Amino acid sequence: MSKEILLGDEAIALGAVQAGLTAAYSYPGTPASEIMEYLIRSNVRVGKYVAAWSVNEKTAFEEALGVSYAGGRSLVSFKHVGLNVAADPFMSAALTGANGGFIVVVADDPSMHSSQNEQDSRFYAQFALIPCFEPADHQEAYDMAREAYELSERFNLPVMMRMTTRISHSRAGVETRPTRDKNPLHSGARECWTLLPHLARGRYRRVLDLQPELVKMSEESPFNKLVLNPDNKSFGVIASGIAYNYVMENCPDDPTRPSILKIGAYPLPEVLIRRLFDHVDTILIAEEGAPFIEQAVKGMFGVAGKKIIGRLTGHLPRAGELSPETVRPALGLKPLDRRALDKLAGRPPQLCTGCPHTDTFKALKQALKDYPGGTVFSDIGCYTLGYFPPHNAIDTCVCMGASIGMAKGASEAGLFPAIAVIGDSTFGHSGMTALRSAAVADANMVLVILDNCTTAMTGGQPTFATGDRLLAIVEGLGVPKDRIRVITPLPKFHEANVKVFQEEIAHKGISVIVAVRECLEEAKRKNKAGGAQ
Amino acid sequence: MNTIRKQDIILAGVGGQGILSIAFVIDNAALKEGLNVKQAEVHGMAQRGGAVQSHLRLSTERIWSDLIPRGGADLILSVEPLEALRYLDFLKPDGKIVTSSNPFVNIPDYPEIGGVLAKVRAIPGSVIVDAEKLAKEAGASRAQNTVILGAAAKHLIVDEESLKDYIRVLFEKRGEKILSANLKAFDLGRAAAE
Repeated sequence: MSKEILLGDEAIALGAVQAGLTAAYSYPGTPASEIMEYLIRSNVRVGKYVAAWSVNEKTAFEEALGVSYAGGRSLVSFKHVGLNVAADPFMSAALTGANGGFIVVVADDPSMHSSQNEQDSRFYAQFALIPCFEPADHQEAYDMAREAYELSERFNLPVMMRMTTRISHSRAGVETRPTRDKNPLHSGARECWTLLPHLARGRYRRVLDLQPELVKMSEESPFNKLVLNPDNKSFGVIASGIAYNYVMENCPDDPTRPSILKIGAYPLPEVLIRRLFDHVDTILIAEEGAPFIEQAVKGMFGVAGKKIIGRLTGHLPRAGELSPETVRPALGLKPLDRRALDKLAGRPPQLCTGCPHTDTFKALKQALKDYPGGTVFSDIGCYTLGYFPPHNAIDTCVCMGASIGMAKGASEAGLFPAIAVIGDSTFGHSGMTALRSAAVADANMVLVILDNCTTAMTGGQPTFATGDRLLAIVEGLGVPKDRIRVITPLPKFHEANVKVFQEEIAHKGISVIVAVRECLEEAKRKNKAGGAQ
Repeated sequence: MNTIRKQDIILAGVGGQGILSIAFVIDNAALKEGLNVKQAEVHGMAQRGGAVQSHLRLSTERIWSDLIPRGGADLILSVEPLEALRYLDFLKPDGKIVTSSNPFVNIPDYPEIGGVLAKVRAIPGSVIVDAEKLAKEAGASRAQNTVILGAAAKHLIVDEESLKDYIRVLFEKRGEKILSANLKAFDLGRAAAE
């Protein structure tokens, strides 16, 4: 055994490698990016496998599913909203099932540190009727990844690993075990993997029939642990994932300690929950994300004679992540003494000084001065920071790729000028199909593609649509060649760039302006020196 | 007899100032000394010039929470003075601050610096060093983070030599010049805090 300090994300990645990983795929997104970063960085050092970024999460999922079909152990990882993109294959993969072990790692971002919404992926696992593991610490993240492959192959089902920001991005020591050999390849049976209606019905029945066995697995899992305190028959806690740590941080280690059921494996262990309910009168449910367990346990009418408290009753905040101090009052404890906090000037994230996006936004804003009704539909990336002053340059941010479809729709409703702004990586991820649609309709809009040659916001992962290839894609999607303009976003070209924007806004029909200049951070990474990192 | 050794530290600064490098050095030094370590950090959007912090917990005992509770930190270690104040409610009543005196002004409403430093000085035992000047003197203007680490050294429960070992691990791959500048930055920071 050896001990390494790892991020929670890295602990899962290493667990997967040492479980005999054949291949892994991902698309960058906070807080999940570090899983693939680690796999790529550690290839050869800790094993030999395929680890690659994909164009988007759906593609990544399907690639990983193909590995499983061929018999290898596979992993796909992404952030919570990435699972929305991959939801189509995800739901059906529950029916095909897994051949080689297949784990789907989803990192949720409660409190939306780096996200546009707050989702709890445990609902997706329940939706697809597959098992889900949720680690409370780094050792569990490692151990669960290994166990998830065993489970996946035992039930021939994909298994979800649900992470949350604070466990993904905290570091702690992890004890590792020797690496298992990779699976020999053996393809799946065609009647299982071809979801024609008559076959799919049988596959769905199989998943439904497995449910009691999955609950039994959960009851017996070492990741679900009930500790009853015979001296405390009034108060108990159900805590899952990182919320368990916050509860344990605060619970006194004395006879008043509540009885605690730790949940790390789903579907929910009904017998364990019932045993806790039989033991105490009041049950606090502490979980990171949505009140998933709380809703399931409470149902519509509650449990007769029992008081269930948590996020739904206001004992814990309904939204956002928990913390060691938010669980204290719910446990009946006073806050720790602390210093008062003055109101301070905020320091939101911002575009770097000299960022190419700044120059593009300046030129765009000037060109839009004569059009008070203009709207800039934007997308997900560093350029979303163009919302803040002094830029005040964008009006929307919804989901990956939304800018183009929204601009088309708005222009067809009569809005003018309709501008869409999207980065090169986001365009590759899910902008291309929307541009095909806009090009066919010759929608009266201007698409601005900010080509900074990288996936900047998440740390500079490669992009699949940049440079000449990007221009060829835009033309291939049906945008007339004379309506594809390339500009260099630099202060010295400001006037010329404004003119290009003005011309393309004036053109009635689809135009694409590609602003090409490499991300400064990316350039810095290539030429790294100095004290800080 | 086993005595409990533990320390909870908030590391603070602005994205890009090298908070995670300080964390790396303290983490590994603590691990080498047989302590348990948990370190929560901020990745993603905030790293673009926003306020960043890292929670670093060291203990001979099991560490449960990845986050330090408000009111639980022994030390705030900050590469920027306004950022030191941002986490004041994490500090224990008798907790201390070690910070740079150099404002990083990338917001329009940055408060008057004299007032900021006065608020830091109001915390008994606080240490303020001119990290910008000392980093330049050491020969690497970006080594302000290492200056602050040096200034905090005597307050940390890990050994100074262990810290230096991991400064070597961190910077040796960047060449002799950067490494020796960072070791010097550490010493200058420590001396300035005396």
